[in-house]
Amino acid sequence: MATVVFMLPLVGMVLMLILARSDQQYRWWTLTTSIVTFAVSLLLVRGFDKTSAGLQMVDQFDWISGEGFSIQYYVGIDGISIWLVMLTTFIMPLAILSSFKAIQKRVKLYYMFMLLMEWAMLGVFVAQDLFLFYVFWEVTLVPMYFLIGIWGAEQRIYAAVKFFLYTMAGSLLMLLAILWLGNEAGTFAVPEILEQLKTGDLVFSTATGRWLFLAFGIAFAIKVPMWPLHSWLPDAHVQAPTAGSVILAGVLLKMGTYGFVRFNLPLFPAASETFAPYIAALAVIGIIYGAWVSYGQKDMKKLVAYSSISHLGFVMLGIFALNSSGIEGAVLQMVNHGISTGGLFLVVGVLYERRHTKLMAAFGGIWQAMPLYSGVALVIVLSSMGLPGLNGFVGEFTILLGAAGSDAISWWFTPLAALGVILAAVYMLYMFNTVFMGELDKEENKRLPDLDWRELYALVPILIMVLVIGLQAGYFFEFMDAKVGDLVRDISLAVAAGR
Amino acid sequence: MENYFDLVPLVVLIPLVGMLTNLFFGKRFGEQGVAIVAVGASAAAFLIAVILWIAQVNTGYVPAVIDMPVLGDWINITSAGLRIPWEFRVDSLSVTMMLVVSGVGTLIHIYAVGYMHGDSRFPRFFVYMNMFLVFMLLLVTGNNFLMMFVGWEGVGLCSYLLIGFWFDKPGGVGWKNSDAARKAFIVNRVGDFGLILGVLLTFWTFRTLDYYKPGEMPAAAHHEEAAYEETLFAPDLPEDEHHETATGPIGVFNQASAWLEEGDHEVNFGVISLSLEATITLITLLFLLGATGKSAQIPLFVWLPDAMAGPTPVSAFIHAATMVTAGVYMMVRSNVLYHSSDLSSFVVAMIGATTAIVAGFIAVGQWDIKRVLAYSTVSQLGFMVAAVGVGAYAAAMFHLVTHACFKALLFLASGSVIHGMEHGHHHLHEHGHGDHGHDDDDFDPQDMRFMGGLKDKMPVTYWTYIFGTLALAGVFPFAGFWSKDEILLDSIKHGVNDGYLSGYLAFVLLLIAAVFTAFYMWRQVSMVFYGQPRHAAAEHASESSNLMTRPLIVLAILSLLIGLINIPSGFPILGWLLGKHEFTSFLGHSVTFAHAGSFNFLLATMAVILALGAIYAARALYNDKTLATLERDPLELDERTAEAFALANAKLYWDEFYFKYIIWPYRNVAYWLAEKLDWEIWHDFAHERLIRDPFNRATQFLAEPVDKGFIDRNFDRLGTLVRRVSDRMRVIQTGYVRTYALSVLFGALLVVILILLPVLRELLGL
Repeated sequence: MATVVFMLPLVGMVLMLILARSDQQYRWWTLTTSIVTFAVSLLLVRGFDKTSAGLQMVDQFDWISGEGFSIQYYVGIDGISIWLVMLTTFIMPLAILSSFKAIQKRVKLYYMFMLLMEWAMLGVFVAQDLFLFYVFWEVTLVPMYFLIGIWGAEQRIYAAVKFFLYTMAGSLLMLLAILWLGNEAGTFAVPEILEQLKTGDLVFSTATGRWLFLAFGIAFAIKVPMWPLHSWLPDAHVQAPTAGSVILAGVLLKMGTYGFVRFNLPLFPAASETFAPYIAALAVIGIIYGAWVSYGQKDMKKLVAYSSISHLGFVMLGIFALNSSGIEGAVLQMVNHGISTGGLFLVVGVLYERRHTKLMAAFGGIWQAMPLYSGVALVIVLSSMGLPGLNGFVGEFTILLGAAGSDAISWWFTPLAALGVILAAVYMLYMFNTVFMGELDKEENKRLPDLDWRELYALVPILIMVLVIGLQAGYFFEFMDAKVGDLVRDISLAVAAGR
Repeated sequence: MENYFDLVPLVVLIPLVGMLTNLFFGKRFGEQGVAIVAVGASAAAFLIAVILWIAQVNTGYVPAVIDMPVLGDWINITSAGLRIPWEFRVDSLSVTMMLVVSGVGTLIHIYAVGYMHGDSRFPRFFVYMNMFLVFMLLLVTGNNFLMMFVGWEGVGLCSYLLIGFWFDKPGGVGWKNSDAARKAFIVNRVGDFGLILGVLLTFWTFRTLDYYKPGEMPAAAHHEEAAYEETLFAPDLPEDEHHETATGPIGVFNQASAWLEEGDHEVNFGVISLSLEATITLITLLFLLGATGKSAQIPLFVWLPDAMAGPTPVSAFIHAATMVTAGVYMMVRSNVLYHSSDLSSFVVAMIGATTAIVAGFIAVGQWDIKRVLAYSTVSQLGFMVAAVGVGAYAAAMFHLVTHACFKALLFLASGSVIHGMEHGHHHLHEHGHGDHGHDDDDFDPQDMRFMGGLKDKMPVTYWTYIFGTLALAGVFPFAGFWSKDEILLDSIKHGVNDGYLSGYLAFVLLLIAAVFTAFYMWRQVSMVFYGQPRHAAAEHASESSNLMTRPLIVLAILSLLIGLINIPSGFPILGWLLGKHEFTSFLGHSVTFAHAGSFNFLLATMAVILALGAIYAARALYNDKTLATLERDPLELDERTAEAFALANAKLYWDEFYFKYIIWPYRNVAYWLAEKLDWEIWHDFAHERLIRDPFNRATQFLAEPVDKGFIDRNFDRLGTLVRRVSDRMRVIQTGYVRTYALSVLFGALLVVILILLPVLRELLGL
């Protein structure tokens, strides 16, 4: 079942390459494929057993195996990955829809990469075999490299290369760790390795555990990105086309935080406990630093990019609170950030398509010229600021709650992180005020057309999810509760047993 | 009658429907349609509040908890024991707030129909107004702290939108309005920071955020309270029944009472543990920070005066009568917690009393008619907060109710004045005699220096204004007299009877603040209504329309009579006629530590005499002679008071202080971080200069001297051979990174095929 969902974009891509002939057909093929993928992924939610902590809808075959090792095709979803799969299938149609007008050169190639991107990201979230995971992890780099490098802004090559090299550098350490782990365990399948760890068939020393944690951790930390490894992010975001930024912020960054939850916590619980305060400290620095730097920006995209560093700091803090409130809040916040920040990039893209600038100083009083657009933008800005009743708040609140009650990290992380909530209002309202409020005093802004239907269709689903998660987060938590409850218990058992 | 409690979700949902209707169809409706929807929604909410009130009275004040229809639990993390349902609470406290919010709200909605007439964004204004009702009613009806927080920040959002409603006014005013809106939101966020931390702490202490669980009764107050002359008002349930209900799941407040009674309770947070008393002190202080934001107290009151940039009905509704009282409501709701912490109570009392006097002082030095009222609001909120601090929860709520009536009245009447001035100004332009009077460019319809003599031009406005002023000044028998007197009396009793220093201090500060109140209000009345018009616009001012004046009349009557809901027991005749402490005993069914004061003739007489004295002094100072020109304030001209006046006029340089020490440093550091540290140093220098360039140089070195210079030369011959081969290979070596990445892609695709092969094999059963 999981296979069906994540292979759909690839099938759609192949069919598009064979059947579609014109630019218009490429666009609609791609959009249809992504919508069908989303529709089918809804079946995952419907068929999901909330009471089970284990993997569901598993497909598992031997792929490459030999003497003393086995690499499997092993995919499945559980309470954590289901929402990231859903986030991916939800964001992609919107990103595709937002490219219809913006992308006019090499259209076929562009949409090919979009579907490839979706396929690879879904692969990352469903893979349960370390080797398989690594393959998809690397494959996601390629389409994104081209999306930035071909369809980006002036300095696109520089940004694309930096993105590629930065992430690649981190991944190599992870590859080493994966190979070591697979060699020791004789299998790359994560559930099997976990089983061996539990039964004591696989034991490694405290020091080894820490090294492995760091090898995985650095790869993920670059992807998140955690402060101070964030330097590639503003470049990538500012240079990427709108859809690229949406995917980057919406889904790609979550691969890092997801990696921490999926691999670091269960595989190296003792090391997680050891490193938790340090990671939490970096996370809190990231929250404040990102928010502070955001306020100093003049370019809207850069502001949103730095705000991601702040928001993902919250996610990291929640994960390393190492309790269920923190982790579940973090997983939900991954989804929330994808929706809100994806939405913010769409919002910025709308203005960019009209004025070809992202500088805040070029605007002012847009609300008067584009009332519908401004209303939509306001809701997304508020969701990003964590207004209660909208999605961002639920995530932030549960993360802070987890951090405040955590045994793993000190109490003073919580008030420092909560400062980020004030600072978020400072930079977000700074942007909203300078762009949307105030007088409409620039001649070239006076006749900007309001949202057209296509843009509205890309933004309305975001508004809906902002409200649905904001008012009914309980529904989303129910899916993860069994899984995260188990995870937290396993961590504390493992820590107690000194593993 | 209990069935009627099920109506409570409607109190929120009806304004929500009104808001959505106007949002989507408002443009098509026209002004009249929009007005009918918006006013109708507000009136319907009021009607439901009245029904709930009657139901409360008829069911013996049993609190009810009602689920939100349709929605499931808001947040539910079973493994963390966290469950936040969408639940409404109907009890005497929430019903009181509902009545005030929707009642005053409806009158202001009606008034606003007249006030906003002709505005280009008329529908949107009423969308925001109904949205405010939604959030404000959610704030007061939620049964847990987090639902309250939804309303809390939601009303902040509406406040932001409405302060910035005229963001497009030309000439820099629009930008100023936008800034004021942003300031309000951000300052409130500072308070919310405290509130949310308090909520986190509350959860980890009590493992729930519900005030009370469904079916649970508020615990009765302890008997120490009996020291007061009045008996306390326990719920109508016998003591043992209360213990019975406590066996089920238990909400925050009863848990706190139970543990406090037990004594020696320790609370563990992660790695640290604290005594319950210390925890509650911390929680209440953090809540207080929230309250100083929303209820505009020191140190966060600075946003409220700027908030007057919004249309006047907004100032009346949100920034005087309802939203700003949310902090007081929240503290009264948490009275069990505040009552148990002497330290918190002391801080609360001091903050409230200091705010009352500081804001009262600043109000004396203002020229803008709305700013005077804004500072007055801050000052009166200080009275309420101080009342909470001295344990007079009922008095705080009582003053909240009366203040909502007379301050809404004053703001609406000031709006009527501004409207009249603007009309007079328009009139001037139309008839082309703008040449006399003041220079037109300086004209500001809100500046009292341009007014004067409006008594005869706007008689209804004038008389209602007098009612409001007398109520605010606390003159018998107006509403403010009863509530202010109760706060003063409770303060001094808190000192004398219970031996708390804060009682004495609060009493003295509040008494002085009350004198300020009467003085600045009569200064304002004199400047606006007495003397002769000082500007042609004032000369041509005319009374506002019926839509605007009728709500004024209703509110004026309320300002006179609303105090009668809580006649103290010691008061002759009236107390016997109207019942004693009706309101306090009503509140007592949900506010555990609500207690009634008595009545002290000496104190009441003294307070009234002081108020009348201040009024007399104001009129003496602002007599017809000084009012005739009024370029400068008489206080400014007098050497003894000139300095104080300048200080009040500059608002004690409070804003400047924040700008200098917080805002500018924050902004400058932000630029430095963004441009220097993160970009020039980290992005450029560290990444480009330290990592990339040396790497490039190394490759250059390998390529040029090492490779070309040494190896190449020696292998030249070999090279020619290789060249022939490589000539053919060159085709794929384009030198473009993207080509190389494409080959990575093909590699990846190869891997994919490898993945797919076994899948196919499995599927095909090979």
